[in-house]
Amino acid sequence: MEEIKSDHSLDAKGMACPMPIIKTKKEMKNIDSGKVLLIEATDPGTKADMKAWAESTGHQYLGFTEDGDTLKHYIRKASDEEAKGETSFEHIVNNDELKEKMASGNTTIVDVRESAEYAFGHIPGAKSIPLGELDDRANELSEDDDIFVVCRTGNRSDLAAQKLSEKGYKNVTNVVPGMSEWDGDVEKA
Amino acid sequence: MSFKELTVDQLAKKVVNQDNLFLLDVRNEDAFEDWKVESDSFEHLNKPYFDLMDGIEPIQDQIPEDQDVAVICAKGGSSQFVAEQLVDAGFDNIYSVTGGMKAWSEHLEPVKIGDLEGNGELYQFVRLGKGCLSYMVVSDGEAAVIDATRMADTFINFAEEKGAKIKYALDTHLHADHISGGRTIAEKTGATYYLPPKDAEEVQFDYEPIEDGNEIQVGSSKIDVQALYSPGHTIGSTSFIVDEKYLMSGDILFVQSIGRPDLAGKAEDWVGDLRTTLYERYKELSDELIVLPAHFSFKEELNDDGSVQEKLGVLFKENDGLQVEDENEFRKMVTENLPPQPNSHEKIRFTNMGKETPDEEEQREMEIGPNRCAVR
Repeated sequence: MEEIKSDHSLDAKGMACPMPIIKTKKEMKNIDSGKVLLIEATDPGTKADMKAWAESTGHQYLGFTEDGDTLKHYIRKASDEEAKGETSFEHIVNNDELKEKMASGNTTIVDVRESAEYAFGHIPGAKSIPLGELDDRANELSEDDDIFVVCRTGNRSDLAAQKLSEKGYKNVTNVVPGMSEWDGDVEKA
Repeated sequence: MSFKELTVDQLAKKVVNQDNLFLLDVRNEDAFEDWKVESDSFEHLNKPYFDLMDGIEPIQDQIPEDQDVAVICAKGGSSQFVAEQLVDAGFDNIYSVTGGMKAWSEHLEPVKIGDLEGNGELYQFVRLGKGCLSYMVVSDGEAAVIDATRMADTFINFAEEKGAKIKYALDTHLHADHISGGRTIAEKTGATYYLPPKDAEEVQFDYEPIEDGNEIQVGSSKIDVQALYSPGHTIGSTSFIVDEKYLMSGDILFVQSIGRPDLAGKAEDWVGDLRTTLYERYKELSDELIVLPAHFSFKEELNDDGSVQEKLGVLFKENDGLQVEDENEFRKMVTENLPPQPNSHEKIRFTNMGKETPDEEEQREMEIGPNRCAVR
């Protein structure tokens, strides 16, 4: 797996529990919602504990990779806005409708989650353009494409769909809820 | 005030003596569900340490004030952290279990099973944390260990205390749930390591084969260890009859259950062997033999003296696994609805064959969790 992007990193190598979690908890307070923290640890106990801790606190545990003895954990800080689940973009489909569209024609799926989230599981063939990079990279899409925007819960993709629409893309649809309840094929890398 | 440390030695005594203890397990919930300190006299509470980092308010009301409270975690670090929090909140009689579940998993409690011919003695080593049972026959300055677990030094030191030198290390089969100490003991003491050859086809080191009818004599008073081929849990599984009084049944027959045939991926092939061993070969043996298995899974299998043993005749009457007349029903029982396989069982088998050589820390990690060698 190639290098996964993170916004912040924390070195917890050589520490035994409870220290990696104590440090992670502290670090989480210093970073912005929606940002991805990489925690490097060598204690094998963190495999289960990081995930369990993240889930108990509402943060999004993305996964871990192994690099020799080092475990690289990726956690995305919880964001209140996503929890609201309100979207305003008019053209929406649900996950099942997206599957039908994928089966019947040429679709362009744009995954606007952070690249680390994408790396730990995305719809096969989906293109990764994190929401924060959309202004710079929208030109990678063609105006004629049948674009389906997906994120974890439908919220970031809602903002992305509005942006694309303002930029003049005509066939833009938001997928709700998106990856949090996606039960189709998933690709990692 | 500060908290006190509780060693796994002391914890083991509390389990065996059925003392009361309030045990606060601060590992994550999955780890606790999977595996914990088993005792009827303990009261358990599970709350992950990471939910207690800002203080113990979430469980404050559930902690007794008039009773000893021990905190346990995976390795002994987080339990100190939580014990400190409890002391800060005004509790006294707070203990942290030194070394946590890892140390618990490695603790062996020696229990004397009985005297043998001449001045011989037979000991059972109860691994309370994992449910493994090992044995040592001591006679006239010589010792044989059977199904020794990874903690080789415990066996070597014990033999020394008894004034004996370990001459023989035997395994009833190639273990899949824990790492055998037989090979290390042989290397450290010069003992001969015996394995059933049918389980050892892929083994990467020198060993002495032990087959049906072979006998080993321990000490000058000639306590014999007789091999009896008893396949089913593995294709090579071999039982040992010691001093014509004890039947070491390995993972074929336990006190309340029987062995599972699927840990090497061959349930369908081996179920017939398992049936023949239990319902024919063992039937021919004396009912008076005392069965000494390589595992216990349930605390009900632990006797009041801390040992695990029962007469073969009693097992033929009471063990559910020996009451299934119908062969198809038996096949179904031992191949369907089996419990999950032990953690890392493939890796453990490879380690026992000498194909992999993980370091000690990794070996510890591999053995975490219960043994799950039985079908009930």
